[in-house]
Amino acid sequence: MDRVTSEFTKVQELIYELKIEQIMTEDVITVTPYCSMRELRRILRERGISGVPVMEDDELVGVVDLEDVVKALEEGAFTASVAERMTTNVQTVRADETVVKAVNLFSMFDVGRLPVVEAEGGLVGILTKGDIVRGLLWQMGVRWQAEEIEHYRASHIFEDIDSDETTLILKYHVEPHDFVSGGEASSKIKRALKRLGAHPKVVRRVALASYEAEMNVMIHSEGGDIVAEIGTDRIEITAIDEGPGIADIEKALEPGFSTAPDWIRELGFGAGMGLSNIKACSDEMYLESEVGVGTRLRIIFELE
Amino acid sequence: MTVQEIVEKLELKVVAGRSGLHKEVTGGYASDLLSCVIAGASEGNVWVTLQAHPNIVAVADLLELACIVVSEGMEPDEETLGRANESGIPILLAEESTFTLVGKLFQVGIRESEDADQA
Repeated sequence: MDRVTSEFTKVQELIYELKIEQIMTEDVITVTPYCSMRELRRILRERGISGVPVMEDDELVGVVDLEDVVKALEEGAFTASVAERMTTNVQTVRADETVVKAVNLFSMFDVGRLPVVEAEGGLVGILTKGDIVRGLLWQMGVRWQAEEIEHYRASHIFEDIDSDETTLILKYHVEPHDFVSGGEASSKIKRALKRLGAHPKVVRRVALASYEAEMNVMIHSEGGDIVAEIGTDRIEITAIDEGPGIADIEKALEPGFSTAPDWIRELGFGAGMGLSNIKACSDEMYLESEVGVGTRLRIIFELE
Repeated sequence: MTVQEIVEKLELKVVAGRSGLHKEVTGGYASDLLSCVIAGASEGNVWVTLQAHPNIVAVADLLELACIVVSEGMEPDEETLGRANESGIPILLAEESTFTLVGKLFQVGIRESEDADQA
């Protein structure tokens, strides 16, 4: 598909996807039916708009525009009220309808704007053809940016930099018992690996192991770091903390064994499976610990 | 089946992550132990749990799960909802127990994924 056609298809997709409420103008200028045509002319000119909905007691009773003003002026009807000159058969759209509905109405009826109403009937916005163009351009810009980020792979740094071995080191600090931020380091590592163009299976394995390691540091230690060393043929994740250290490493490695207190278990952590999960998804795992000093967990992934 | 279809069939309440409602559901998993989920759930799964704290979103995001169904009428806090919105992971609420929810999911054709691809 050539570029123009694919861009065009994107616009078509967008008009079926975008909701009117996403692109409408929410601050609507309205007039009452008792407003004079002279006053209306002043409002339109000052606000730089070409038409307004006419509201009486929160009810939409009509639409009046520049063309009505011009006709009134031609006939010298300056003092006529809006009620006398407005269009009462108003085409409206619902806020939760898709843009395609508005596009169809604009092509069927010769109107410059469509009042936007909610399901219960109240006026919530106004939509012009300009709003549609602006909304589509903005959305396409947003998507284009997202696509660019998706397409942009940082993997070239490994080829661009000349060395016998290039390793990228990412370091994250983990606060003790910070259950709210827990998982941030591993999700950032995951994102970095995606950007570097790693195979999805590798990304998943490293992310899972990093998450379990991060949770261990967060739950059991007095704070520590997660370090990811990313090379072209291997990835190493290290979790280092400053204590309290593990008394019985053999026991800690047993599936189901956990020293987590009850309140942490109630949150769904401390199942005693963290280390066995890490072991299962990595190629090598080394756990060293000294009570009173700290723990160092090394997890290695060999890349094909 | 998409998340949206599950929402409709099981009459669940969507409280966050609406942008992920179109996602295709590949299977299901139920557990309240995060490590079990990490070991057992697969990408695109619906996860049923009664946990409602922010870390469930971290787990779902990590595993690229399709959505989280929070059972037993548990209410996630603002932090959890905010994160789910950011990550586009729908959080669906139900009054029923995990047992009943899993039964209903089974009835509409959701099964456990075979490839909990660990290796």
